[in-house]
Amino acid sequence: MRTLIRRVVGAVPVLLGISFLIFMLMHIAPGDPVSLLLGDDATPADIERTRREWGLDRPLAVQYWDFLTRAVTGDFGRSLKFNEPVIKLIGERLPATLELAFASLVVAIFLAVPLGVYSAVKHNSLLDHAGMSVALIGVSLPNFWLGILLIYYFGGQLNLLPVAGRIEYGIEVKRITGLYLFDSLITGNLEAFGSTVKHLLMPAITLGSALAAIVTRISRSSVLEVMRQDYVTTARAKGLSEKAVIWRHILRNALITIVTILGLQLGALLSGSVVTETVFSYPGIGDLLIQSISARDYKLTQVLILMFAVTYFVVNLLVDLLYTWIDPRIKF
Amino acid sequence: MLSLRYLKIYVGGAILALLVVCGIAAPLLAPRDPQAQTLEDRLRPPRWAENGLPAYLLGTDNLGRDMLSRIIFGSRISLMVGAATVLFAGLVGCTLGAVAGYFGSTADEIVSKISEIFLAFPFLLIAIAMMAFLGQGVGNLIFALMLSRWVQYCRVVRGEVLSLKERDFVSAAKALGGRDGYVLLRHVVPNTFASVTVIATFGMAIVIITEASLSFLGLGVPAHIPTWGSMLSEGRSYINRAPWLTIFPGLAIFITVFGINLLGDGLRDIFDPKLRRQR
Repeated sequence: MRTLIRRVVGAVPVLLGISFLIFMLMHIAPGDPVSLLLGDDATPADIERTRREWGLDRPLAVQYWDFLTRAVTGDFGRSLKFNEPVIKLIGERLPATLELAFASLVVAIFLAVPLGVYSAVKHNSLLDHAGMSVALIGVSLPNFWLGILLIYYFGGQLNLLPVAGRIEYGIEVKRITGLYLFDSLITGNLEAFGSTVKHLLMPAITLGSALAAIVTRISRSSVLEVMRQDYVTTARAKGLSEKAVIWRHILRNALITIVTILGLQLGALLSGSVVTETVFSYPGIGDLLIQSISARDYKLTQVLILMFAVTYFVVNLLVDLLYTWIDPRIKF
Repeated sequence: MLSLRYLKIYVGGAILALLVVCGIAAPLLAPRDPQAQTLEDRLRPPRWAENGLPAYLLGTDNLGRDMLSRIIFGSRISLMVGAATVLFAGLVGCTLGAVAGYFGSTADEIVSKISEIFLAFPFLLIAIAMMAFLGQGVGNLIFALMLSRWVQYCRVVRGEVLSLKERDFVSAAKALGGRDGYVLLRHVVPNTFASVTVIATFGMAIVIITEASLSFLGLGVPAHIPTWGSMLSEGRSYINRAPWLTIFPGLAIFITVFGINLLGDGLRDIFDPKLRRQR
């Protein structure tokens, strides 16, 4: 508990720095955002009125303080494009992105950890080299290209999977958490569950592929490192089966590095969702961010970027705390 | 027999060298003007496919522009943005990292706090945020990517300098009357080059993918300049009618990034003693 409090207090200056950077972005941008938003037809009076409405006529320090206090209370105002409260828009779309990130993580873990462990156990074999080559290809694949190719093949040619959206049109899910997989399962709506899985499959593979490649390489090198430790030799000398040595002694210790990388990459998954959601027209906050940027809805853009950064920060904090559970020797 | 690590360096280096030649000699190598539109030849498939024309090896796009020429010219932006970003991010990151590591105390605290803020953002998000507010443009793109990448160099160089400054050769240089600036530049910084080279190589691959992603999202360079990312974005609408519009630019990005990653892998195998032991 003390660790958590210390980390949260230590996070305050960093979060302040993040909020300041995001706030300043709008002010260092060339040109007046109001004129850009209102377009060429706007009169000087229109521009002046909007500037007043947005509070842009006030001193910078006052604006920043206002931005901060609003952020703390969760009052982010209304989106100019959607004319709805920003917090409501985010609340509607955040579960979709979290669901996608989670599905991608599952894809990455199930593909990468066994492949990495197997490559390490059989290291320098043909299979090891093949596994590492696949990982190198995975790291080098631009995920939006992979997404388009999947759409072309599984959506267009084979007509197997839906190419856009989150659920089939006409299927309703009773909203409890906003996570369709979870909500449809606990309400027993299997049709919705199946449709959500189908819609998630290609975006999750697209987003998870690069992560899978990284995790494969890390798992391999981490297992190789642990395999050389004395306690592994001792475990083998005790007569333990190879399976027990790998699962109980090697993998458990190699997990620390793997979890670190997964945690660090979760942030990359969230930001990668911006591109993946655009490719699949998936209604998450990444897609919302691109829409807000295109519409020059600076307020919404600012809040979304702040939210991405804070989520990334919180995820990293949770990963740090997870270490102590995986390896009780670690103390902060 | 040629060892695997040298094979990686040779193959990766050859791919990169080929692309550099392609980028530099683009006006000589491209069969046509990448902007020239021939509307009657729009959406022509590659030469070997049915309805393909010998004049267009990789086909044409929706405005009848030659795909091969656009891909050749597209390599210029990718390589230029990649190289410039690596150079500037490396300069800023290495300078700050070296100063923070060598002088410590206040300098280290300031640099570490700034680094922490940048590390709290996923780098793609920094680039998206910067481009959203700065607007499209090659200069803005390089600036945004530099801002998202400098911290990697800073962290590594700071760590290395912290360890190097305690070594005997640094103490000897100081004992001989070397001033801090001289010792840092002449004796400490050159010893970080191996790590910096490896990060720079992998960094270039990441920057090329990020540039393509930003161009794909419409946040990269202006639309009239051909880039692999924007070509993919334009071709996406025609994926079922003309898949070559997305296949070839994507393949170009993949081969480039694969080559650079291969080179980086080879360099890391040579420079990292830990990995040498694992093999």
